[in-house]
Parts: sequence; C-alpha cells; structure tokens
Amino acid sequence: MSSKKNPNDKNESSAEAADVTVINLYAAADKIYPRSTFGFFTKWRWVMIWLTQLFFYGVPWLEWGQRQALLFDLEARRFYIFNLVLYPQDLIYLTGILIISALSLFLFTAVAGRLWCGYTCPQTVYTEIFLWIEAKIEGDRAARMKLDKGGMSIEKLLKKGGKHFVWIIFALWTGFTFVGYFTPIRQLGDAVASLGLGPWQTFWILFYGFATYGNAGFMREQVCKYMCPYARFQSAMFDDDTLIVTYDEKRGEPRGKASLKTDMDKSKQGACIDCSLCVQVCPTGIDIRKGLQYECIGCGACADICDTVMDKMGYERGLVKYSTQHAMNMGWNHSQMLRRILRPRVLVYTTILSLIVIALFTSLMLRSSFRVDVVRDRGVMARLADGGMLENVYRLQIMNATESAQRYQLSATGIDHLRVESDVADSSNTVVVNSAESRWIPVRLQIPDGSIKSGSHHVKFEVQAIESAETVVEESVFLVPR
Amino acid sequence: MSDFTSSFWPIFITVISVGGVIGCALLLWLTSKIKAASPNGDNTNGHVWDENLREMNNPLPRWWVWMFIITIVFSLFYFAAYPAIGTYAGKLGWTQVKQYEQEMAAANKTIAPLYAKFAAMPVEELATNPEAKAIGERMFMNNCAQCHGSDAHGSRGFPNLTDKDWIHGGSPEKIAETLTNGRIGMMPPMAAAVGTEDDVKNVANYVLSLSNSAHDATRAAAGKEKFAVCAACHGADGTGSQSIGAPNLTDNIWLHGAGEEAIIKRINEGKVNQMPAQGAKFTPEQIHVLAAYVWGLSNNDVK
Repeated sequence: MSSKKNPNDKNESSAEAADVTVINLYAAADKIYPRSTFGFFTKWRWVMIWLTQLFFYGVPWLEWGQRQALLFDLEARRFYIFNLVLYPQDLIYLTGILIISALSLFLFTAVAGRLWCGYTCPQTVYTEIFLWIEAKIEGDRAARMKLDKGGMSIEKLLKKGGKHFVWIIFALWTGFTFVGYFTPIRQLGDAVASLGLGPWQTFWILFYGFATYGNAGFMREQVCKYMCPYARFQSAMFDDDTLIVTYDEKRGEPRGKASLKTDMDKSKQGACIDCSLCVQVCPTGIDIRKGLQYECIGCGACADICDTVMDKMGYERGLVKYSTQHAMNMGWNHSQMLRRILRPRVLVYTTILSLIVIALFTSLMLRSSFRVDVVRDRGVMARLADGGMLENVYRLQIMNATESAQRYQLSATGIDHLRVESDVADSSNTVVVNSAESRWIPVRLQIPDGSIKSGSHHVKFEVQAIESAETVVEESVFLVPR
Repeated sequence: MSDFTSSFWPIFITVISVGGVIGCALLLWLTSKIKAASPNGDNTNGHVWDENLREMNNPLPRWWVWMFIITIVFSLFYFAAYPAIGTYAGKLGWTQVKQYEQEMAAANKTIAPLYAKFAAMPVEELATNPEAKAIGERMFMNNCAQCHGSDAHGSRGFPNLTDKDWIHGGSPEKIAETLTNGRIGMMPPMAAAVGTEDDVKNVANYVLSLSNSAHDATRAAAGKEKFAVCAACHGADGTGSQSIGAPNLTDNIWLHGAGEEAIIKRINEGKVNQMPAQGAKFTPEQIHVLAAYVWGLSNNDVK
C-alpha cells in the first residue's frame, strides 16, 4: 500500500482483499476539504461561534469604573473580574471553575455526545471561521481541490496570498485580544500603534496568533484526532443512551444511486442514495455510515446535508440524525428515546454539578472583602516592655480586596488583660490599607508580666473593616517564657 | 558542575539525557523500519478477539515523527550550548549565578533613576516620602527584622530602634555608618578592677541608682567611689559616650537585661555584641533609603 493512499480506506476491491499487504506505522495525513453546509445544526454552531467570539473579542474592551472589567494582572497578582478583586490566595475559585467545567463536560457528553467538540471548542470554532474565510476566497470544496491540483498561476497566487493575508490578520487580532486579558487592552492598543510593545507582549501576541493560524488553518482535525486528550476520554462517558450522530442503517441499506424517478419499492434499495455528501462535509473526513468512530466530533454537518438530500428526493428526513444506540436497535420513537436521558449517570452528574455550582456561588457571596494572615515573629520570642508588660510581636498581613482605601480595627482576645499595640496604627488601633493593596502591619500583644503561667497560649486576632463591619478572625499563639 | 561533591551526578545526568535522545532516535528508526503484515489485506493485523473485535492499523501522522526529530535536534543544540553533559560548561557559558547577576543588573538599571532621586534628598526629607518609606520598610522586613523585630522594638541584646536612645549615635550619618560598617560593642570584664564581690554588688546598685531604678541606697553610696573605673567609658555621670559605643546608664534602658543580677553579670563577664556590616549587601543609595527609614522610626514628628 502506498503511503499516499489513506490506509484506513476500506473501499478495497474484493480482488485485493485476499492479498497479504504490508501496513506502515506512519502515514502522511491526507488534506481534507470540508464542503460548506447549512441547516439546523450548522445554524446552532454559528450561534455558538458568535456567542463565544463576541465574548472573547468583546469583553476585554468593557470598562468597570476606572479599570478594565476583566483583567488578569499577573505582574501585580490581582485578578479583576467585574466587581471582584481576587488574590492568588483565592485559587480555590479557579479550582471550583475547573471542577464545574469538567463535570459539565461529563454531563453534556453523557447526554448528547461531543457537544463541546462540535459547537464550542476553540479548535472547532476557529477552524470553522478559517474555513469560512477560505471558502469566501477560494470557493467551496470542488473549487479548492481544483485550485490545489492546478499549477501555479496569477489567480492561484492571488487567492492563496489573499487567504493567508486575511488568516494572519485575524490570527494576530486573536493574539492581541488574548494578551488584552492580561495587560489593559486599550494601553496595549496604544503600544501597538506606537510600536512600543514589550518583549513578552510581542512574544505572546505572535505566539497565540501563530497557534491560531497553525491550528485553525493547517492542523484542523489533526488536533482532535491526534493531540486532544478530551476527544479520546469523552468516549468513556458514552453509553447506549447517549445521543450521537447516527446513520440509520436499517433504513439506508442497501444503498445505491437513485434519482427522483427510481421506484423505491421495486428496486428494494434503501434510502441512502450514496451521494457521498455526508463524507464531503465532514470536517474530520470520516464516513458516518460506518458507525460511531472516534474521529467524529459530533458537529452534525452530515445530518444537515443528508436532510437536504432527503428533502430533494422526497424521502423522510433523519437518515443521519442525533439518536441513541438503544433507540436505533430497539426502534424507539423520539419520546421513548428522550425519556432515557433521565438515567442514573446523568442524575448523578447533575446532582454533583449543581451542588458544586451552589457551593461556589455561596462561597463567592459570603466572601469577605479582605483577608488576614498572622505571622508571629520568630526572632523575638517574648520581651519585657515598659510598665512591666510582657509582649510578643506579630505581623498581620491585611489584603484589601476592595477598590477603595479601607480602615481596619485591630483587636485580640484569648488571654485576660490582652492589649494590642502597633506603631503604624492610630490611637484607637485602626490602620488604613489602600485599594487592592496587601499591607504588613507589625503588631505587639502585651499582658502584665507574670499574669499567666509560662508556655504557649492561644490568641485570636480580630480584624474588622470599619466601613462594612465584616470581621476576620485569625489564630496565633502567645508565648510566655519561663 | 563543580558544585557536585562526587562524579556520580554528572555521570547520572549524562546517561539520562544522552540515553534519552539516543533511545528516542532508535525508537523512531526502528518503527520506521517495521512493516506489519495484514494477512487479509484489510488493514487489520488478522487478530480477532471476542468473536468480532479486530485490531486495525491506525498509522501515526508523519508530522508527529517530525516533531520527535525536532526535539532530538533541539536537544543536540541544547547539549552544545548549555551545561548538560558531564562537567562541560556549554558554549554559551550560562550559569545560574550569571543569570541572577544579569537580572539583578537589569532590575537595578530600571530602579536607578528612583534611587538617584532619593540620593539627592536629605534623610529628614526622605523619611517623610511615602515611596521611600515603603521601600525602606520592605528592606527592613527582609534584612533587619530578624534581629530587631518586625516592629523594630528589638529584644534582649538587639537594640530598640524606635526610642531616642542611641548607643553609637542616632544622627542620619551615624545610622548610615552603622548600617554600612556594622558595629562591635565591647565591654571588658571589670570584676578585677572593681574589687571584691561585695564591691561589684555596690557598683551595680550605684548604676541602678543613676536611672532611679530600684536599688539599695547604702550599697549605691558605697559603690559610687568604685564607679570611677566605669566612668572611663560611661562617663563620670554615667551618661555614656556614643563615640566609643558606651551605653547611657541613666535612661533605664537595658539592652542586656534590667536589675541587679543582670548588671552584676555584665560587670563580671563583660559583653561583646555585634551588629553585622550591611555595606556589601546594599548600594550606598539603598543604605541611604534604609537609614532614612530607621531614622524616621524614632523621630515621631515625621511618622
């Protein structure tokens, strides 16, 4: 078998089938020319493309007060999400979002297969956009194949050059937007205009742009087939009641060419007229009529195009459709099939997912507007101060997660006659921490010397934000030497 | 690589890295040679399990192979450029220390204008500058707080920097000098010079009386005469001398402990106490900023 030919091609002639052949472990990838589609699922995919990309390209331009609404300031380690200011210490929320994302993937996949892959995955979305640009400039599948086969000409040069030009502009804009999440996008725009970009900004714009250009322009289905781990493990979430893009073999076979004049009853032939349009539209280049394959990203392009063929032929729609293996094998109708969505696996995923979503939002709602850390001085164990007082030294780190300067009242409990002293606090033991600032406050705790026995005693620092009356309590110890 | 104490680790690293590259190349070469037979010519290897489960060939796309080749080529360049093989230092001469020094030089260059501005300001003015105070505070927390405490109040043996009592002088210049060169405080054992054990106790009570601390008045009176040997450094009135680092004994501030017992111990044993020099760690401009911060701690009017 030559390496040029797709070794997975099963349409061998019967004469060849008896021969022993040699198979290679490596093969050149065949270029796929997906044909443009239209229809129900394609429309939904474009709705999702618009929604996700309006969000991606648009949100960095939104302003919230004096700043960008969504900004991940890695250098200052502050993450601004609308009215929230998150610190690196708030990493738990990122964990929560990742768990929610993973469970959502499980849930959606269990119910309706690779919905993420087919409609919202950036790889699919950008490939679809790049394909649209390609089709606008070079024409649809047949025209593109002809153009690639033909020799170099002015027309080919212009079309190819034009396509790459538009792709590169689009990819650079994508890279620019990506960096705009980490550095204020309006300043970034000014920096681009004045050629004043920093080295890392330049690198990331070019790198992200290159990744977009390469993945959406060239790698395409190869990413899903050979690089993406999710693509592979999603099949573990499938069961016989998962909605997948299916070919109705009972109805379609035996397939054969047919025209409007063909008498279906006489010819004993199935509804599939073997027009091969389902293969032509497939972005991963598979034939859905061979059944569920790992390459299938569940985009529904074949279902859309087949419906138009069925309409033209005057046959019933749905030769290729979203269905489940149970429904196909047992001949269930639509409502019988949908009833099986509420099965234990789906209910368990839904319950866990809802619980974690509720927990995350509750935690965000109850989140204090500041954080406190107490670090006891290790160099100074305990010392005698004026007036026969025994004192311990601490540093309180107060992290103000609001965007205005705040006053905090310091106090401590746990031992009788405990007194709080601080050189940086005012006479009533309040300190000021500036907007979104983290400040270290040296604090002394004092008790009359000899008032308690030697050893380690638990104390609690209470820090109260004066404006919002929120209180954060942190524990530490007070050491009394022998 | 000279940091390793035995030759085991350079050899270990060499074997792992070179062996990895050779192993990868060998695997690629072998798999490109292997051609599996498909007995039925249907792109399966002919094995059937569980009645109808057949093993198909699913060839790796060739660009994956190129990625492996690129990593091998990259590794070879890396081996040549960086210290990766044994004790070979690499063509680029890269070391962690050099990289650290380069990054420090780059960082110092960016903050140089700020420090130049600070250097032109007198300490009294700098102590009220919020920017300089914040920098000074960070330097203090990282370099001074270990001994003097986060709040700079010190503890036994480590002077309190927030009071007006200075052993070696509290002027901005003196503080900068202390920071740069360090200080050694030395009190010799004085018991022999003072006299008997009883004399020492008397002198201790006299010292306590200087600051109106609790003392035995009779013993203090008896000790006054013997204090003459102390007066050589601490002065006849016991107020000390900043030029030789002799503490003031009249202000009721006791660096090495208060009370009769502690003072007797000092007279008997003496004391050597050291503030390490920071001059090698900081630039003169940084010392200037740090001195301003420390000076500001005890000058409440500028706080």
